[in-house]
Amino acid sequence: MSAAAAPAAAATVKEPREILRVENLVKHFPITAGMFLSREVGSVRAVDGVSFELNEGETLGLVGESGSGKSTTGRLVLRLLEPTSGSVQFDGQDVLALEEAKLRALRGKMQIIFQDPYGALNPRKTVLETVAEPLLIHGRRWGPELHARVRELLELVGLASYHADRYPHEFSGGQRQRIGIARALALNPRFIVCDEPVSALDVSIQAQIVNLLQDLQEELGLTYLFIAHDLGVVKHISTRVAVMYLGRIVEIADKAELYARPLHPYTRALLSAIPVPRPGAGRERVILQGEVPSPINPPSGCHFHTRCPFAVAECRAVDPPLREVAPGHKAACHLVQPQTAQEGPRGP
Amino acid sequence: MANEIVGGATAVAPADPAPRRRSRWQSPVVRRLLRHRMFVSGAILLLIVGLAAIFADLLAPSDPLKISIRTRFEPPGAEWLFGTDNFGRSQWSRVLYGARLSLMIGLGVVILNAVFGTLVGALAGYFRSLDNLLMRITDAFMAFPVILLAIGITAALGPGSLNAVIALAAVYTPRTARIVRASVLVVREMEYVEAARAMGATHWRIIWHHILPNCMAPLIVQLTFIFAYSVLSEAVLSFLGLGAQPPTPTWGNIIAEGRQYIREAPWITAIPGIALAMTVMGLNLLGDGLRDVLDPRLKVQQG
Repeated sequence: MSAAAAPAAAATVKEPREILRVENLVKHFPITAGMFLSREVGSVRAVDGVSFELNEGETLGLVGESGSGKSTTGRLVLRLLEPTSGSVQFDGQDVLALEEAKLRALRGKMQIIFQDPYGALNPRKTVLETVAEPLLIHGRRWGPELHARVRELLELVGLASYHADRYPHEFSGGQRQRIGIARALALNPRFIVCDEPVSALDVSIQAQIVNLLQDLQEELGLTYLFIAHDLGVVKHISTRVAVMYLGRIVEIADKAELYARPLHPYTRALLSAIPVPRPGAGRERVILQGEVPSPINPPSGCHFHTRCPFAVAECRAVDPPLREVAPGHKAACHLVQPQTAQEGPRGP
Repeated sequence: MANEIVGGATAVAPADPAPRRRSRWQSPVVRRLLRHRMFVSGAILLLIVGLAAIFADLLAPSDPLKISIRTRFEPPGAEWLFGTDNFGRSQWSRVLYGARLSLMIGLGVVILNAVFGTLVGALAGYFRSLDNLLMRITDAFMAFPVILLAIGITAALGPGSLNAVIALAAVYTPRTARIVRASVLVVREMEYVEAARAMGATHWRIIWHHILPNCMAPLIVQLTFIFAYSVLSEAVLSFLGLGAQPPTPTWGNIIAEGRQYIREAPWITAIPGIALAMTVMGLNLLGDGLRDVLDPRLKVQQG
């Protein structure tokens, strides 16, 4: 499967090399009260023990509803937010232990593409200045070489070099997203967090940007953490998919496996919500009741038990660990039966 | 769903016909300013006062300090354009040289105010740990009425135009700082600031390149009003004898000296008064125009 998704990787057969390892990442945002001597009155558990690893050249799709902590996870991995606890290993380096200067040097290797193509570009800077900025920060000086590099980057993302002198307001959403991608690529990163890069774009433009990201991945050997809430887009671009609910990963598997055999009830509900192009096509619909509970006060045991149609007493009391139920397929649910010699894993 | 995604072409972004470059004068902001009636009338008023101040030597050849007993209290006319005062000095010269000093003091206050207001506002808005401390200090300053505090500071430092500048800058800086802080708080949450952090930009670079340029509109508007207030407040300080000392002419002390003769020679007080009103009105009109064009959200709703 992964060979079909990344033919370039298949051409030069390589051992999959781990580039990112995230272990038990936690981020609690404190809620404070009082003006002078502010005291903590509670916390938002945005990310509550997330672990995953990423191999070079791979795309991990991270899906979940708004507020599930997927964007926070992306920012924690890049240390744009300081995690409360946990560890992030990037290419063998402990990202969270790095001091400021070393972290700054590493930043060129891990980049981010943002959701809002309007907010992600400084309106007072020309495209040239925006794309050149990471290079300037990392020691390059203005000159013909730098101009040539910016032109090269613009052409790489499908813009023309004469766009360099224009300001962001002169571009459409899709073009702005391309500028953001060019900026992210400037320092030859190896890993890019794509934080819902197409959610704010028209559907026709989404396809262009997703395809551009795939082309760039093949060409430059990039690794993506692709955050999205659109399962269709994730299915198209990912090699593996992780599903988040209330700050935790509830299921993670290879794309084909996850879409063919979702085991966690939440994943099933999500997948059944994808619209089908054939009207009248019969299929099982899992419709969830109620709202996502507040991350300030998440439910006991399994966070999902309040909305789970299969919940039993154990779910309310004991937090299910994310365990491997089949090779490469992990789920956090008490009711999922691990694979046996005779048959595959079974969901509730 | 996935098929739809694949279906889309990996098209190159549509290319516009030809690269173009616009001069600054054709930029939409300048064009909108030039069409704004309030801005243009304010600019014309200020231009008159500003040119008079700059070319005071040429326009008023007689020495503003030259006393002549024989020509006391001459009314405005062909010989003495703006008349003469109680010492027989030419009002025309005194008002023009006074404009120079008034505008310079106003400009000095604006510059100090811009520098320190931006500094305090940016620090408080960007480094959240400093916010409470810095804002409580500015609150303390703002608890006093402006003119009372200015009088207090000049009284402590001693009268003089430089001290008046310092006092007025100290009084108005907290106001500017608050405005800058408010804008910084908005801009620092923008994704391009996060992008800069993700590139490894230093705090200094983020503030200077990304945050402050995007906070300029409300600051510029505020500074035109500060300019107007400080010209006015300087006149008040001079009137009270705390600004520039006689015989150096400023609008404030000309009015103060003329006050005793207001029945016999009303032109002594009226003319610098009119000049002061023109300047303040010009600056306010300019500020309103800038505000409407640069920061349309603040526009006052007119019924």
